[in-house]
Amino acid sequence: MDVVNQLQRQFIDYSASLHREGFLDDQFTQLQKLQDDNSPDFVVEVASLFFEDCEKLINNMARALEQQQGVDFKQVDASVHQLKGSSSSIGAMRVKDVCIAFRSFCEAQNREG
Amino acid sequence: MEEKLGGSNGEDGGRDRFPIGMRVLAVDDDPICLKVLENLLRKCQYHVTTTNQAITALKMLRENRNRYDLVISDVNMPDMDGFKLLELVGLEMDLPVIMLSAHSDTKLVMKGITHGACDYLLKPVRIEELKNIWQHVVRKKKPDSKDQINASNQDKSRGGTGETGPTSSSSDQKVSKKRKDQSEDEDEEGDDNGHEDPSTQKKPRVVWSVELHRKFVSAVNQLGLESEFYAVEINVSYYHPAVPKKILDLMNVEGLTRENVASHLQKYRLYLKRLSSVATQQANMVAALGSKDPSYLRMGSLDGFGDFRTLTGPGRISSASLSSYQPGGLFGRLNSSAALSLRGISSGVIQSGHSQTLNNPINGFGKIQPAVVPANQNQNGTLFQGIPTSINQLSQNKPTNHFGEFNRGNDPNAFGVATNFQDARVTVGGSSNTLPVSSGNPLLLQSNTQQTQHSGAFGNQPSSLGVTSLNQEPFDMNVRGSSNFLDHGRCSENWQSAVQLSSFPSNALSASETFSHEQLPSNNLQESISWTSSHLSSSPLDLSSSMANPANLEDSRGNISQVGLNNNVIQNIDYTTKQQWGDSRHDYNGNMNNSFSRGDSLVPASGPMMDQNNVISDKMNDVSLFSQFSGDSTYVVPHLDGEKSAFDTKSRSNDDFLFETKPQNGFNQNSFEPLENIMMSMIKSDQNNETPLMDGEFGFDAYSLGSCI
Repeated sequence: MDVVNQLQRQFIDYSASLHREGFLDDQFTQLQKLQDDNSPDFVVEVASLFFEDCEKLINNMARALEQQQGVDFKQVDASVHQLKGSSSSIGAMRVKDVCIAFRSFCEAQNREG
Repeated sequence: MEEKLGGSNGEDGGRDRFPIGMRVLAVDDDPICLKVLENLLRKCQYHVTTTNQAITALKMLRENRNRYDLVISDVNMPDMDGFKLLELVGLEMDLPVIMLSAHSDTKLVMKGITHGACDYLLKPVRIEELKNIWQHVVRKKKPDSKDQINASNQDKSRGGTGETGPTSSSSDQKVSKKRKDQSEDEDEEGDDNGHEDPSTQKKPRVVWSVELHRKFVSAVNQLGLESEFYAVEINVSYYHPAVPKKILDLMNVEGLTRENVASHLQKYRLYLKRLSSVATQQANMVAALGSKDPSYLRMGSLDGFGDFRTLTGPGRISSASLSSYQPGGLFGRLNSSAALSLRGISSGVIQSGHSQTLNNPINGFGKIQPAVVPANQNQNGTLFQGIPTSINQLSQNKPTNHFGEFNRGNDPNAFGVATNFQDARVTVGGSSNTLPVSSGNPLLLQSNTQQTQHSGAFGNQPSSLGVTSLNQEPFDMNVRGSSNFLDHGRCSENWQSAVQLSSFPSNALSASETFSHEQLPSNNLQESISWTSSHLSSSPLDLSSSMANPANLEDSRGNISQVGLNNNVIQNIDYTTKQQWGDSRHDYNGNMNNSFSRGDSLVPASGPMMDQNNVISDKMNDVSLFSQFSGDSTYVVPHLDGEKSAFDTKSRSNDDFLFETKPQNGFNQNSFEPLENIMMSMIKSDQNNETPLMDGEFGFDAYSLGSCI
């Protein structure tokens, strides 16, 4: 049990630090609250789903950006938007903020950005 | 994603623990969001069903609309636009819908609200917000449930679901309270309590299927959304405004309660309003033109189509449009003539077999028209002649005879109308429907356009109008268009078909039929446009009108194309009318725009034709016709584009057009969709290109459609 406690503590510390650093926000806390006996692995499920989805979106974006003949910013923008939505749903604040910046780049059609 | 049916058992008979157990359907393409949402909702003790596809969601809703109390939908979805889904759900199932998006743009929120969303939430979704969403459900059901409790027996919908459950007929009693009471009683009667759970006694929601909607629209058209009807010399059989009771009677659908109709009517009104908002300016123009014969317009539409349930839509529109159109004195005359023409046309059409009602009105009109006609005779004559010829050309599949015959029979009327059409068309702007009036196509178109203006509801109508005139079929189509109209944008398509039909008495009509509702708005316009185009071959004017409709879409191109269409035949007349048209067109454009905005293509059709040549316009019409034929409104685009160019160039020879159109027509006949596309494209092209057509006034994009003919 000690180990469990220790792990738990570690977990709490870790998440606290994440919060502090701004990786996560309140939404994540809410998610945690959602987890209960009915859905014990809720958070885990959501997080893994998020990673999967993220990966797909980022791949899309990379592909779109790599195109030689004119980057399709609309598509990139759409992907980013979705990423933003997902990340905000799970509380990945930083990711969301980055998305916002990303989107403004898209609008400016700034490839470098 | 998972689709758990959280809710059917949520009937909770007798359990009055709302919001507990509320059944929610969640739609979102983002799996993460969906999952989170689902869990949040579960936490609120709702029953949740999820899907990541809008189409699936619609299917589920349609299967058993009583199963859900609320729908939450994302805005950006790959398979269907969130707003579109929102509208569909709202109209068909009358369920409260909440939009969801990561976008906090006010414009989007506005769009959501105008489309009828109950609420707009931002991602990430917070549980507090979700805890409140049940209010929307209750709010919608409140009028009914309250009465229900009082009126209904205890066993009735006792459970929370019962109360909150969608009362089939009166779900969203936005309508007046009294209706509420009435509906309560009616609900009590239970329109079809085919509920599996008698204890809850929930009134099953009425599913507004396309068919039902079409009936509704035609009934509405018959009655006219406006309350004031002018008792013009025409014997308007349907004099009363569209009140739910009357609509209900007209529709004559079993199991439909007044409440159902009432709430649906409300939504429909909103829908039309939204559509016609664009056309407002055009409407203004029309009004400015002169409300010469509002009554005529009304009459025309009312009378002619009254009988047609389906047609009624169009019929009305034409009348309505006419009235709305009210171009100045000239128009006034025209309108009447147009109305008459419409009538005549409709009668002509009716003869075909379709518009029964049309015939009647037309006859009535005929009388009126004769007086008018003489004046227009010159014009009409040309039109008429032109029309038959054009028709022949146009009617690939179908013998133009229809048209010719029609024209003959109604000559005075038709012609009168034709000339009037210009006016009519103008008015139609919104209601591209006017198309159908084969000879009076312009009228029809006008009416169509007008319709758009009218109440938006008419928007759908336009298509029906167009159809009626030409062939029975087109009429049907138009009607359909109108029905579809409600279906959001579908109308436009239908319209187009309708429009087209009008021109091609034989062909068009059939085409329109196939024309599915789906895109009425766009279709309609196109139809009207194409219709006009088709007509135009003989009567450029008509086209203009039809075009005008599409043009409305664009923005009151002005006399655009519509006029152009007719030009061919009536050159002289056209010009004058064009002017009028131009104005009307503007109005139309507004309307059309509205209508087209859905379909967004019709407009182009009209534009090009106008000046250039009647030929072009004819082409356009054809195109539009084609589009219409295709049935699917969106197709028009392809054609239209081509057409547009034709118009733009103006130098196109009519022959070319005809050819173009013909094949299309022939082709289209089979598939309305292509026509629609054409129309759409035409409209679009017009819109985009602002073809200098005709005096440039027409600008009417939709016009291209007309020119097709």
